[in-house]
Amino acid sequence: MTLKAEVKNLNFYYGERQALKNINLPVLDRKVTALIGPSGCGKSTYLRCFNRMHDLYPGHRYEGEIMLFPDQVNLIGKDVDPIEIRMRISMVFQKPNPFPKSIYENVAYGLRVRGESNKKVIDEKVEKALRGAALWDEAKDRLHQPAFNLSGGQQQRLCIARALAPDPELLLFDEPTSALDPIATARIEELVNEIKNDVTILIVTHNMQQAARVSDYTAFLYMGELVEYGETEVLFTNPKQKKTEEYITGRFG
Amino acid sequence: MKTLSQIVAHHKRIDKLFIILGLLSMFVGLMTLCALIINLSVDGFERLSVPFMTSFPSRFPEKAGILSSWVGSALVMLTTAVISIPIGVGAAIYLEEFAAKNKITDIIEINITNLAGVPSIVYGLMALGLFVYKFHLGQSVLTAGLTLGLLVLPIVITATREAIRAVPVGIREAAFALGATRWQMVKDHILPYSTGGISTGIIIALSRAIGESSPLITIGALTFIAFLPPSPITVSFPYISFEWLMSPFTVIPIQMFNWVSRPQAEFHLNAAAAGLILLLMTLSMNAVAIWIRYRFRKKVKW
Repeated sequence: MTLKAEVKNLNFYYGERQALKNINLPVLDRKVTALIGPSGCGKSTYLRCFNRMHDLYPGHRYEGEIMLFPDQVNLIGKDVDPIEIRMRISMVFQKPNPFPKSIYENVAYGLRVRGESNKKVIDEKVEKALRGAALWDEAKDRLHQPAFNLSGGQQQRLCIARALAPDPELLLFDEPTSALDPIATARIEELVNEIKNDVTILIVTHNMQQAARVSDYTAFLYMGELVEYGETEVLFTNPKQKKTEEYITGRFG
Repeated sequence: MKTLSQIVAHHKRIDKLFIILGLLSMFVGLMTLCALIINLSVDGFERLSVPFMTSFPSRFPEKAGILSSWVGSALVMLTTAVISIPIGVGAAIYLEEFAAKNKITDIIEINITNLAGVPSIVYGLMALGLFVYKFHLGQSVLTAGLTLGLLVLPIVITATREAIRAVPVGIREAAFALGATRWQMVKDHILPYSTGGISTGIIIALSRAIGESSPLITIGALTFIAFLPPSPITVSFPYISFEWLMSPFTVIPIQMFNWVSRPQAEFHLNAAAAGLILLLMTLSMNAVAIWIRYRFRKKVKW
């Protein structure tokens, strides 16, 4: 078991309000780590530290470190460029957010941002990404049609393809199925299971069954603090903390 | 004690009352516009002809035309557009996407809104002092374009900001998450998706500018011009000339003003005909704006 990233003493502040309190967590290579907890517990905040999305808004502040392996870069270091970080770490958002462009251009955008202009290379990578996101068969005949013609579930898989195209080292999912119906949700979960062979995945979910189904490790956050972390099976069947047990049995949250 | 049906009937009467009031207010607005157009048409329609468009003003009303003024209006509009579009859109992008949100940008924002409310004649006075006397640009098309450009700048900025703001946060974050810089995000996403809104705003700003006369009279636009500015396209190298920028000019509203202020009734008919042309120009600009908005609404969805 190798480490992909390690979070050490992470604190995060929205202005005066502290949203994450002294979090210490490993992220294991090519495993799925789920983050669960009630709304407002800081799980999305935690996820968005990894690709420095907080840098886009004024007054947000990090403390501590997130080491990315193998090259030991501190993701939230002051001297580390967030744009470079975002080129290594991709993200899939809560609501499908394809660009109002064609399916092809959506997937190709990450490559274009990286300066890739060779059409053959882009064609290949777009196909690979769409296959990786299990969308190729549905999309191959209409690559140049607008992405918003796709259904909600297809749009979210398109967003996954868009995130996969630049070969990220780490893939962040921020409640990727909360806007989808159960069938589309099941397909996304299947997909997560396939992708994890190549990419390390961090997934935030408000759905505990989903965490149990897709993840290898689970962290339970509550009020900005880490309550418990462990193998998913152990955490769900035999939680050590009382708070965790109360949450997973549905007594609050 | 009222029965339920009495209460409902009472509420429905209030509904009807409002519908009647609403219809009435709509008719007041529409009728005024219709009356205006009909009045202009009755007076001016018979004067509309090809010679009217291709003749210079004259002291004989039946020979007078609007050639110099519609060419002047067109050239001034072109200059206004070239000045106000890049500056207005650039300022809006900066304010919306790049500037830090703090006290200073708040103050700038309030002032831009205030500028939109400054009477146009004040712009004329400012332009007379700055462009005519200080920069010695003369009473030229360039001065007029700069003046009207500044006049409509707040409209362009506000419209552009509204259009940019309509792009959802999710789209911005998606672009950033893929590693885009701010400029890449603006150039690849914000601008293409908000082109419809931006161009609508620009056209509305220009259709306001085309009807302006007071700031142009202030900077000294002539009312009687019997020649055209030098052509922008020339027969010899370099085939393109900017001499017209420094040429004296007049515009349709000023020509109308001149005609209306004459005692002979025939000139008043000429003014009505010129008014019809001006109205046609603004209405067709608005039609283009509506068409662009419709086209982009179909193309860009989220």
